Amino acid sequence: MSNGAMFRTCPDTGLKFHRPAESLMKANAVAAVVFLLVGGFFGLLVGLTRWPEVHLLEAESFYLVLTGHGINVLIFWIIFFEMAVLQFCSSTLLGCRLATPQLAWTAWGLMVAGALINNYAVLWLGNSSVMMTSYAPMPADPLFYLGLILFAVGALINCFIFLATLVIARSERTYQGSIPLVTFGALTAAIIAIFTIASGAIILIPTFLWSVGIVSNIDAGVYRLIWWAFGHSSQQINVSAHVAVWYAIAAIVFGAKPLSEKVSRVAFLMYIAVLQIASAHHLLVDPGLSSEWKIFNTSYAMYLAVMASMVHGLTVPGSIEAAQRARGLNSGLFEWLRKAPWGNPVFSGMFLSLVGFGVLGGITGVVMGAEQINLVMHNTLYVPGHFHGTVVVGTTLAFMALTYWLVPILFRRELILPKLASWQPYIFGLGMAGVALFLMGAGTLGVPRRHWDILFSGAADGGYEFSAAALTMMSLNGMSVVLACLGGALFILIVVGSLLFGRRLDEGAKVGREMIAATPADSAYKGIGVGAITIPGTLAMVFVFFAAFVLYYFINWKYLAETWGIS
Amino acid sequence: MTSLAPPTKQVWWREHIEKGELIWITVVVVWGIIMTLMMPFWHVYGDQNLSGETYKTTPAAFLEKTQAVVDQWTVRTEGQFNKPVVKPPVGADIYLVGRLWDWWPSYELEAGQSYRMHIMSTDWQHGFSLQPANINLQVLPGYDAVITVTPNKAGEYAIVCNEYCGVGHHNMVGKIYVTEGRG
Amino acid sequence: MADKNEQIDESNMPAMQRVLDNPFILLFIGILIPTLAYIVWGIMELISIPIAD
Repeated sequence: MSNGAMFRTCPDTGLKFHRPAESLMKANAVAAVVFLLVGGFFGLLVGLTRWPEVHLLEAESFYLVLTGHGINVLIFWIIFFEMAVLQFCSSTLLGCRLATPQLAWTAWGLMVAGALINNYAVLWLGNSSVMMTSYAPMPADPLFYLGLILFAVGALINCFIFLATLVIARSERTYQGSIPLVTFGALTAAIIAIFTIASGAIILIPTFLWSVGIVSNIDAGVYRLIWWAFGHSSQQINVSAHVAVWYAIAAIVFGAKPLSEKVSRVAFLMYIAVLQIASAHHLLVDPGLSSEWKIFNTSYAMYLAVMASMVHGLTVPGSIEAAQRARGLNSGLFEWLRKAPWGNPVFSGMFLSLVGFGVLGGITGVVMGAEQINLVMHNTLYVPGHFHGTVVVGTTLAFMALTYWLVPILFRRELILPKLASWQPYIFGLGMAGVALFLMGAGTLGVPRRHWDILFSGAADGGYEFSAAALTMMSLNGMSVVLACLGGALFILIVVGSLLFGRRLDEGAKVGREMIAATPADSAYKGIGVGAITIPGTLAMVFVFFAAFVLYYFINWKYLAETWGIS
Repeated sequence: MTSLAPPTKQVWWREHIEKGELIWITVVVVWGIIMTLMMPFWHVYGDQNLSGETYKTTPAAFLEKTQAVVDQWTVRTEGQFNKPVVKPPVGADIYLVGRLWDWWPSYELEAGQSYRMHIMSTDWQHGFSLQPANINLQVLPGYDAVITVTPNKAGEYAIVCNEYCGVGHHNMVGKIYVTEGRG
Repeated sequence: MADKNEQIDESNMPAMQRVLDNPFILLFIGILIPTLAYIVWGIMELISIPIAD
């Protein structure tokens, strides 16, 4: 194939798309959205069942649907989308052919087959309502584990194809110097994914063999230790990937450049080195592990990864602020932010993701991950509250924002219902922020996670009466779930509708609006900001964030101090 | 160039870092150190710490020890299944079984006194969630975890299961009564 | 686009930038640290739990 036929140059962005890679990105993104639809619908059912006044499903269906919700959105939706992100960040951003597209199709096939087999076990066979964690020795159908293993193998292949593409790009000199920062973020995600998936294989393969009777026993403690190297680290892939997406959107919408390549890349290095060890967050109240192990691992070896996230929390909006100021929006602290394109869902989704991830997901994760504070939070609804802040408001919203840009650029379709699209991130973000907040509120009041009936109507000798405040939290959570699902449904409607009915953009046709912002000239960056500080607005915001963080952190130690003595 | 393109400078490592960034980096490093120290600090000065004391054992052996405690110190039985309520002497080793779908037995403890509570599951994983004290522990089969508890307030406490353990999970509730200490 | 005026040969590159530019060193770091700190250390603790009398 000649070069011209192998590649397509995007008329709007100048990006060079390798055609085979482009088809793969589409296939992965479409699979992602399908599983988001399935998992998101189950989320609605979960939320409506937890709403005490509604209590929609029966117990068995609730646990089945909760299992399906977790796996479809936490694993299938996100990892499929990440595969597309990896292909985009390697092949497209480096202007390079994707290594072994056929193998990438095999990987895609394995992932689709794995996801379908797993869903078949959960939804059809109905004997695998074991939650996403499938804690041994509670058994699931062998197909449950087999599906996950196939999916993981496919994802692992894609990670190696990503690395191989980096090698090809370097040797074929499709770029000069270092890889772009966004690609570096994707590399971080790929490395964490390799550790994650290997851990998953180490524990799920013996568990599969146990389920078919070849292995006689799976130790519950060892299972948890290694499973969480998979289960938690997979959420760390998301963190790295969505931070990369934040940087990408800052560049797309504002032409922003990194404030400092060095600072941002070292922050990603911290992720690579220690983000995965925080899998220990789940084992802080487990038997048999020492406090030394718990403190070292739960703190990411001295909170290095938290420092990294806080640095990204400054440098991403900071790079936007600098670009806006260089463009002339230089007055006061916040003119650059006030005059940001709040009606553009690519930007608003990304910015809500950034703020939501930091405030709702970040602070709470660190607090809950303090060794002793975990005693008053472990396995309460605080946990799902926290990760709806990280993975939904953070990752999912960032991926939705990027999708609004990918529809015209990658799929070559004009977005339908643009007005609705500009509202969608707010509806979804607000709903999901409510979910995160109210679940955490209920968790603080002791409400258990993965629990069908917190009113204990069937308990033989009576149950426990949770406070009225806790029940109110659950009702408010139910309402937030409905709002979030409305936002999610709008996203699916707009995206699927655009792919099917959106105006087709021919090969050379431009979208007709700015799809990638021009970079302000270096000289325009001179003298921006206030005094010696070029990004005073961002700095002010992160200090407000920091004050909230410190306050909330110590409030929780105080809360811990009020309970029984434990030693 | 933007974050989507390779860095403009071939050697970016020696680039100057902007002042705002440096201020923030200093803050986050200091905060990271403070949070790291907070956990060992609490081990020394705080009253809520897990010792990590754990023994490997079998369900049969653990049940036998639990039965011995029940035989020795049961003060009454209650509920549909005549569940024993055990009132152990202060400082005793006491045993709590988590199983499908029950916490067994119930206990009556004194506020302000300490007890060495052994907790284990004899089947699947369970979650010990003491309400309203809101103390939450993971309970595993085969791992006898020892937690020294010192109740600080009299009252009736429920042990809710907060690790999913099958269709009866939401009905798995236990009891701990705490009476006023003798002062 | 690399700055044409600043052609630096690889040996002059700052060590940290060379690390950050090498995906395989990064991969090694990203596998080794969690494997040792989390998995190996954790498994050692679990298998050294004493048996109850």
